[in-house]
Formats: sequence, structure tokens, C-alpha cells
Amino acid sequence: MDQKTKELIENEVGNNEVCLFMKGTPDAPECGFSMAVLNILKILEVKFKGINVLENNELRQGIKEYSEWPTIPQLYIKKEFVGGCDIVKEMYENGELKKILKNKNLSFKD
Amino acid sequence: MTMDIKEIEKLIKESLPDSLIEIQDLAGDGNHYSATITSSAFNGKSKIEQHKIVYAALKGKMGNELHALSIKTKEKNGSEN
Repeated sequence: MDQKTKELIENEVGNNEVCLFMKGTPDAPECGFSMAVLNILKILEVKFKGINVLENNELRQGIKEYSEWPTIPQLYIKKEFVGGCDIVKEMYENGELKKILKNKNLSFKD
Repeated sequence: MTMDIKEIEKLIKESLPDSLIEIQDLAGDGNHYSATITSSAFNGKSKIEQHKIVYAALKGKMGNELHALSIKTKEKNGSEN
């Protein structure tokens, strides 16, 4: 990954408390897995930034390297990689996601 | 490119010999799978670490040949957490 891509990722992760690297945009997701995570964030009314990796191929590859995770979407909460679609879904269902949001003092609809 | 269930199972078994694997072909197209894997290798590990173990077993196929594999990991003889 080049330096510019690394800085871009670090900026997004550092400047947005909740940050979703996804395919498509929050208004127009282009993949079912991205949409699933998006829907969870919307249901919880969490403030987040969605970053479309399809607009930047360097970013699309770079984020996989950065997180050491082979798939997209990828959710970051306060600089911490939380997981991809399967993990986020599971954590939403078992209440762990809410616990993380609460512990990190982020507002959401309980 | 697609992969069949047997191939996915074989790769996981090679890395995790004690694992119990249930795979479903969700759409019948050889491309959208859901796998539930139970193994003692997951015991005491975080979900991220558990999924990384599965990704490693799949030897770089995840995100490439395997676009749509949904994974659920469970600890063996432990809680399902």
C-alpha cells in the first residue's frame, strides 16, 4: 500500500468515530453485505461516515492490508477494527455491539 | 470463479482437523455460501481472530474465488460466544 493510501485510511479512521468502509454509498449501497451493516447502523441511529471503496482501487486493496482482513465491508469504531458483516451482525444480535457503543460513549438508539 | 462445498470443507479440515463444518449453498449457484464452523482452535479467541483462522485455512481464496461466504464460528466444548 502506498503512503497516500495509508494516510487516507488513517485520516478517515482517526477523524470519524464510527467509520464504515463499504461498497457503494450509505444512500446507494452496491453490495448486500455492505447494506446489512449499513442497516444495523441506521437502526441504531449511530452517526457514521460511509466510505465507498469502489471509487478508489488503491483504497479498496489498501484497507484489506491495513486491517489484515480480506473482505469489505469493514467497520471501525473509535479507531478499532470491529469486524466485517458476519461479526457485526452477530454482535448486533447478541447485544455486544450496543455494549461497545456504550463503553465508547457513542450515542445510539437503545 | 466458483468453489464447491467439498473443496471449502477440505481446506478447513486440513487446518482445523477437529472442526465440525456445516456449509449451505444459499443460492444454489456455487457462489453464495454460509458456513458454520465449530473447533477448539477458536477457544478463548476473539471473533476477529476466529475468522482470521478460517480465512487463513482458505488460503487467500476469501475475497477472491469466494466472494460470498458468510462465516459463523463456534468454540468447541465452550460457550457459543
